[in-house]
Amino acid sequence: MKKSLLLLGVTLNCLAAEPTSVRQAELRHLLKNDCGACHGLTLHGGMGPALLPETLKGKPDEFLVSTILNGRKGTPMPPWKPFMNADDAHWLVNILRQGPQ
Amino acid sequence: MKNRLPLLLGLLLTFNANAELRATGDLGIIIEREAGSALIIDTTEHKQLARIDKLGDLSHASVVFSRDQRFAYIFGRDGGLSKIDLLQDKLDKRIVQAGNSIGGAISQDGTLIAVSNYTPGGVKIFSADTLELVADIPAEYADGKLSKVVGLVDAPDQRFVFSLFDAGEIWTIDMSTPKKPKIEKFKNVGKFPYDGLITSDGRFYIAGLFGESGLSLLDLWEPEKGIKRILPDYVKPDEQLPVYKMPHLEGWAVADDYIFVPAIGKNEVLVIDKQSWKLVKAIPVAGQPVFVMARPDGRQVWVNFATPENNKLQVIDVKGLDLQSTLTPGHAVLHMEFTPRGENVWVAVRDDDQVLVYDTHTLKEIAHLPAQKPNGVFFTSRANKIGF
Repeated sequence: MKKSLLLLGVTLNCLAAEPTSVRQAELRHLLKNDCGACHGLTLHGGMGPALLPETLKGKPDEFLVSTILNGRKGTPMPPWKPFMNADDAHWLVNILRQGPQ
Repeated sequence: MKNRLPLLLGLLLTFNANAELRATGDLGIIIEREAGSALIIDTTEHKQLARIDKLGDLSHASVVFSRDQRFAYIFGRDGGLSKIDLLQDKLDKRIVQAGNSIGGAISQDGTLIAVSNYTPGGVKIFSADTLELVADIPAEYADGKLSKVVGLVDAPDQRFVFSLFDAGEIWTIDMSTPKKPKIEKFKNVGKFPYDGLITSDGRFYIAGLFGESGLSLLDLWEPEKGIKRILPDYVKPDEQLPVYKMPHLEGWAVADDYIFVPAIGKNEVLVIDKQSWKLVKAIPVAGQPVFVMARPDGRQVWVNFATPENNKLQVIDVKGLDLQSTLTPGHAVLHMEFTPRGENVWVAVRDDDQVLVYDTHTLKEIAHLPAQKPNGVFFTSRANKIGF
């Protein structure tokens, strides 16, 4: 019971439905390879900035989700909306906040 | 003792006969991005000779070769510079020279290795022999800020040329006197040069622009004439498609009288006339081109693509300037490399954990080698080419 309440809390906290485990694997693959092409395999940065918990600290979830989905004008960051929905982007932001596994 | 001598001699002879003599002219390196390792391969036998581990973060990597083709220098994402001995299958030397790095070049005379860095932004130059630091050139622009450096190449007269991504500048460094690097700066070359290349004759340096349409050209025979802009009106800002992977210009595609470059923000390969620097044709292709590489004889140009079209390879017929064929080598086709005279092309297919070898005449697969998440293939024949 305690566990399911906790799970409920997590879900509410990110206001998004958790992607299925298959989808999560796809997103992790995308993060490593496609995001990683510019931000680095270890997310320590490259042409794009580092995406480590400390560099993302202070940046609100909404801002990061919007950056992922819509890109950033005037920078090389493209919109990833064609490849994922808001739930996916929220999930990715949570993964980034946890740091490299 | 007397009896043993023939035995000993015999043993020595056998030993000599068994010790395999090896040349390095048909060898190469395959980069395994996640494992941080490199395979030494034989391009004639289509086989792996050795694996060298512990080369750091190779999620982005490139390789140059010593002029005697014995050593490979691998530039890793994490600022690592590793010198591999292809004859002895071992790591000869390794340094970590910066926090974040993108590529490198070897000098005309083979004595210097230059590395282009993102963090701290600049170029560092090392002795090819010892990997000791020879020169440190921060890419300083406005208010002491450091720019990421891209598109670093070697050029004749012991020079290096590179572009400053954040500053929109192109610099040349003359290393004729290693202790006194002579730097020449070209400013306002265009917004966000993302990569650069040099023609195989060492005359023209071209930077591709990400922040605006077109390319920037520097004639190294007449640097005093400054930068010339090519195709400045080619892509209108409102019609530019998002770019899901930065193209590379290293695989310099010069074929016939044309230069073939990836269009930024359009699913096209641009064909530019090398005399007039005007657009001859825009060839529609399957996706956003990443590498556009000419077969060494210039008869074909091979193109790979950014996600989601990165399962394909397309071949352009240079005679007709149109698509000849579309291949589907597998999942995540990241890089390709031609054998010195172009009869084969080796293709790194990351998510299938293999490298495929194609016959470029029949376009049939003739061999494949296992490799863990391969992202780059580099042959020793690069040793003798300007800009590689």
